[in-house]
Amino acid sequence: MVGASFGRIAFVTLVVAIFVFLVGPLLTIVWASVFADKILSFPPSGYTFKWFAHAWSMADFAQGFLMSVKVGICATIGSLALGVPAALAIERFAFPGRETIRHVLLSPMYVPAIVAGAAVYIYFVEVEILTNFQLAATFSGLVIAHVLIALPWTMRLVCASLATANASSEEAARSLGANAFQTFFLVTLPIIRPGMIAAAMFSFIASFSDLEKSLFLVGPGKTTLPIAIVNYLEWSLDPTIAAVATVQIFIIGTALIVSDRFVKLGKAF
Amino acid sequence: MAGVTLTNFGKTYGALAAVDDVSIEIRDGELLALLGPSGCGKTTTLRMIAGFVAPTSGTVKFGERDVTRVPVHKRNVGMVFQGYALFPHLTVAKNVEFGLRVRGWDKAKIAARVTEMLRWVQLESLAERQPRALSGGQQQRVALARAMANHPDVLLLDEPFSALDAKLRTQMRTEIRELQRQAGITSVFVTHDQEEAMAIADRIGVMNHGKLEQLGSAEDLYKRPVSRFVAGFIGKCNFIEGRVTGPGRFEAANGQALQFAEDHAGGPAALCFRPEHAVLRASGATCNSLSVTVRAVTYLGPITEYELVSEAGDKLLVCASSSGDSAAPKEGDKLSLTWRVEDAFVVD
Repeated sequence: MVGASFGRIAFVTLVVAIFVFLVGPLLTIVWASVFADKILSFPPSGYTFKWFAHAWSMADFAQGFLMSVKVGICATIGSLALGVPAALAIERFAFPGRETIRHVLLSPMYVPAIVAGAAVYIYFVEVEILTNFQLAATFSGLVIAHVLIALPWTMRLVCASLATANASSEEAARSLGANAFQTFFLVTLPIIRPGMIAAAMFSFIASFSDLEKSLFLVGPGKTTLPIAIVNYLEWSLDPTIAAVATVQIFIIGTALIVSDRFVKLGKAF
Repeated sequence: MAGVTLTNFGKTYGALAAVDDVSIEIRDGELLALLGPSGCGKTTTLRMIAGFVAPTSGTVKFGERDVTRVPVHKRNVGMVFQGYALFPHLTVAKNVEFGLRVRGWDKAKIAARVTEMLRWVQLESLAERQPRALSGGQQQRVALARAMANHPDVLLLDEPFSALDAKLRTQMRTEIRELQRQAGITSVFVTHDQEEAMAIADRIGVMNHGKLEQLGSAEDLYKRPVSRFVAGFIGKCNFIEGRVTGPGRFEAANGQALQFAEDHAGGPAALCFRPEHAVLRASGATCNSLSVTVRAVTYLGPITEYELVSEAGDKLLVCASSSGDSAAPKEGDKLSLTWRVEDAFVVD
């Protein structure tokens, strides 16, 4: 019994520690975003929402926010357009090189983002040297890089939903007289729809919160929100930054909650 | 309605023959079981009849219609899958109407047919439920109603009872048999369970290593198995190794002469008899008897099983009605085992 209660205490301590270190900083930021004082100080002299308005009035943040949203949406669409057919092919058909392709498509997740960012940048420069076509510091270049960030998430989530959905559902549809198109639209697609919604949410989150990969690829006046945050933090620390971070936390949190409603995230990884 | 004819049906994967030259004529309205251990080719045969797998040789006909090259969705088969494969995103009624909808039936006809099918399987009250809210037996009935809604030429069932617990399995197989008879539909079902096959099939095709070993009624297979595999797979069987020396004459490996009823070509073979056809006696009969030692006694209620070993080292099994008799054989007893000549048969 002594052993068991020791184990229990250790477990509870661990859980509390996880919450303190994971959730604590987030709550602190949200709290700090409503401090009235210009210089972050504790305890605050009062509370205000003015920093949110202030952040929005700053061109870097407003433009960065819109840029991040735009890139996130484009990257999400791109990663679904590539990832869903790829996941279908990999889960439903046996062909040579299948596992290799699976790992290539998942590989952006294995490579440190800063390394991948540098690699993509060098690649873009090489392409420009060869073809005179500029990708670095352009919107389309940024979207291509963000599709790479989002693709592994789409692959994982859609593959997981295809794997749990019995392949014989599709065979059943065929035996009942459905052709390949009917089978896809009436059976396969509805079955993987929750996985696709979760994939879209995760793709957006991954793109929206990316800092490292984008660092090399943004152009002057075309920064994303995380980069705008870093740039601002180099020179000043006031509740404005906490307000911006709070907005980001709420957007990502909402996307996570939405995904979890469609796919139990524990099953996908 | 139509029968199904498989002619020299085969499927090879590289050098491996998954199904090897199978020819079966399944009669109109018949329920045929394909029985065999896993990997014997029974499921591949079923999937080739359905059209999911293309045969590498031979043809399949539904009635007079050659469907060998017809894709699945134009074959007009009804299939019940292992684990049922109900569409998880559709209600029971929508599952049943799926095949009618993709074939472009008009709405009124669909509604009437769905009601009819649900009444047939007694699930009218559950029409609006989601499949996951149903029990295993109910899901299976939905799968059957869905498969039959289109008026298929053939009903195919792939291990339909394997997902059910033992008690429900017995109940469902009687139920499915009843529904199949009512509909009068030619059916093929695949199973690895010999009891299940014997209980509901009109005829059973026993498969092994891709080949059809024997096709016949349960009684044919039990009484007159044509191979050692069938003899051992359908029911329990004793094998005594030796060779055939003349018409009805057999010589066991240790030189002992035994007899059997039907003709069999000479050469190395095994003499077989069923456990319930042999009796244990205290003293030897004049012929067809073996001296045995009782190795183990298993009391199973109405019958008792005796595991025996002969002088030649063959392991044998005998069963007899349980008697409260104190003279019943006990472990270690040395006795004589005998059986009627007409109950013995020989396989290669």
